Amino acid sequence: MTPQSLDVFCFFCPFVLVLFIIGLYCVIVTTNLIRALIGIEILIKAVTLLLIVAGYITGHVALAQSLVITLVVIEVVFMVVAVGVVLGAYQHYNSLDAGNLRKLKG
Amino acid sequence: MKLNFVILIALVLFSLWTVMTRSLIRSAIGLALTSAILTIAMFRLNSPIAAVFELSVCAGLISVLFVSTISLTHPETREEAMQHMKDRLTRFWYLPVIVIVAVVILSAMRMNLHFNLPTPDAEKDVQSVMWNLRQLDLFGQIIVLLTGVFGVVILLKEAKKK
Repeated sequence: MTPQSLDVFCFFCPFVLVLFIIGLYCVIVTTNLIRALIGIEILIKAVTLLLIVAGYITGHVALAQSLVITLVVIEVVFMVVAVGVVLGAYQHYNSLDAGNLRKLKG
Repeated sequence: MKLNFVILIALVLFSLWTVMTRSLIRSAIGLALTSAILTIAMFRLNSPIAAVFELSVCAGLISVLFVSTISLTHPETREEAMQHMKDRLTRFWYLPVIVIVAVVILSAMRMNLHFNLPTPDAEKDVQSVMWNLRQLDLFGQIIVLLTGVFGVVILLKEAKKK
């Protein structure tokens, strides 16, 4: 890694970390299922930015882009299934509180 | 480089707004804005194809998904929202302090704003990397997509039975 690349990494890394902490805060603190999904989305955004920056400073932009495309596809599938589960829980309990999921059996 | 700094600050501010706002619909809009700002950052880092994916899928499709989910559920009343916020502040008061301390420590690190971004070497294009080097990824994507489709079908079937 050249000193210039290290400069770029040091420039982007704090923002990636702050974004990650914000997402983690949202996931830990909230009891609302939709808000927890939004927190996971922010965590994924931090990872996306880190992948792109890593690809940029190492010169493997195409590889980083293909990894990000894979990440986006997995993210969408995860979100669709998670939203389905959230709606199922809402129909069952008439509430979006994550604490209700502890009552599930089987 | 200063423009990158402004973009990243906007990214952090929008994501903070997304997390801290009380209304769920505002949170979904904030998430879409965060995705849009991330897209600009990705364009500036020479990743246009991934940026287009991010903009169309994350800022578009996932926002629509969240908004439709929120519209299918009933929103919290103002009193409930205030109660939740109070609970959060009393239970996790130390987390914002950790965020602030982390920001101060990280900003004290070496942050040189006056440098030029190196031009990356011309690599193979994304299509050739995707189809030749990362074939297993494509296989995994197809499996994940099929799993998602089956998951949604099963969920819908269970909802119909009820």
